[in-house]
Amino acid sequence: MSTEPMDCRDLVELVTAYLDGSLDPDTRARFDLHLLDCDGCDNYLQQFRVTVNTLGKAGDDDVDPAFRCRLMEAFRDWR
Amino acid sequence: MTCAPPDEATLIAALRARDEVAFAELVDRHTASMLSVARGYVPNAAIAEEVVQETWIALLKGIDAFEGRSSLRTWLFAVMINIAKRRGVRERRDADVAIAAFTGGTVDPARFRADGQQWSGHWRETEEPSPFPETPEGSALGAELVTVTRRALEDLPERQRVVVTMRDMLGFDSAEVCQLLDISVANQRVLLHRGRAVVRAQLEDYLGDAR
Repeated sequence: MSTEPMDCRDLVELVTAYLDGSLDPDTRARFDLHLLDCDGCDNYLQQFRVTVNTLGKAGDDDVDPAFRCRLMEAFRDWR
Repeated sequence: MTCAPPDEATLIAALRARDEVAFAELVDRHTASMLSVARGYVPNAAIAEEVVQETWIALLKGIDAFEGRSSLRTWLFAVMINIAKRRGVRERRDADVAIAAFTGGTVDPARFRADGQQWSGHWRETEEPSPFPETPEGSALGAELVTVTRRALEDLPERQRVVVTMRDMLGFDSAEVCQLLDISVANQRVLLHRGRAVVRAQLEDYLGDAR
C-alpha cells in the first residue's frame, strides 16, 4: 500500500504537510518520487513556496502615528 | 548601533517602574502584528485599533501581576484574541463547523483527468501549473503580487485568515498558533493549507496561467 504511486490530485493536498516536514516517511517518499516524474506538481510546489514567501512580505509594518500617540496617551493616563 | 535591544524581562521590569520608553519599545515591537491578527476578527480597521488599545491597557493594569510564565507576545495575543472575539461580528456562522470534515479539494477538480480515464487524477495536459516568477526585492511585479496576496487574505474565512496571518505573515510557529487558537495541530494544518491554496489560486489567476 505504501508503494502505491501518488496522484497529482492527492499530492496537491499534502503540500503544506510536506513543507512542514510532518508527512510520515512512506508518504514523504511517495511525494518525492512523484515530483521526480511530474513537472506539473513540481511547479505546483514552487508556486506554493512563492505564495508562502509573498505572504511573508504582505505584513504592514507601519502603525498609524495617530494611533501610536493614542497608545502613549493611554500609558500616561495609567501611570 | 552596537547596543543590543533590551530583552523582554528588562522591558517588563522597566514598565513596572512606569518607564514610558520601555512601553514605547514594546508598542513598536508588537502593535503592527497585533493589528494584523485583530483585523481577522472584526469588521474594520478602526475596531481593530480599539481591540489592540484595550489589550495594551489590560497589560498595563495587569503588569504588576504579570508572571512571565508565557512570553509577553503569547500573553498579548491570547488576551487580544479574547477581546477581539467579543467584538467580532465576522463570520460567526462557521464557528462550530468541523474543520476536517470538509472533503472538497483545494484545486479545481476540472484540472485533473477524470476517474476511469488513463492517468486519472493527474493534471490534464493543458492544466499543468507553470512556475511563478521569482520577483527580486523592490520589483514592480513583486509589489503587485503582494497587493493581490493581501486582497486574497482579506477574503478568506476568519479562521483560515488568522492562521495564515500568524504562520506566514508573522512567522509564528505551529505550536504557538495551536495554543493561541486552541485548535489541534491537524486542524491548524488544514486551515493553513486551505488558506494558502486560495491565495495561490488568486496569484495564478493574476499571473494569467489559469485561463
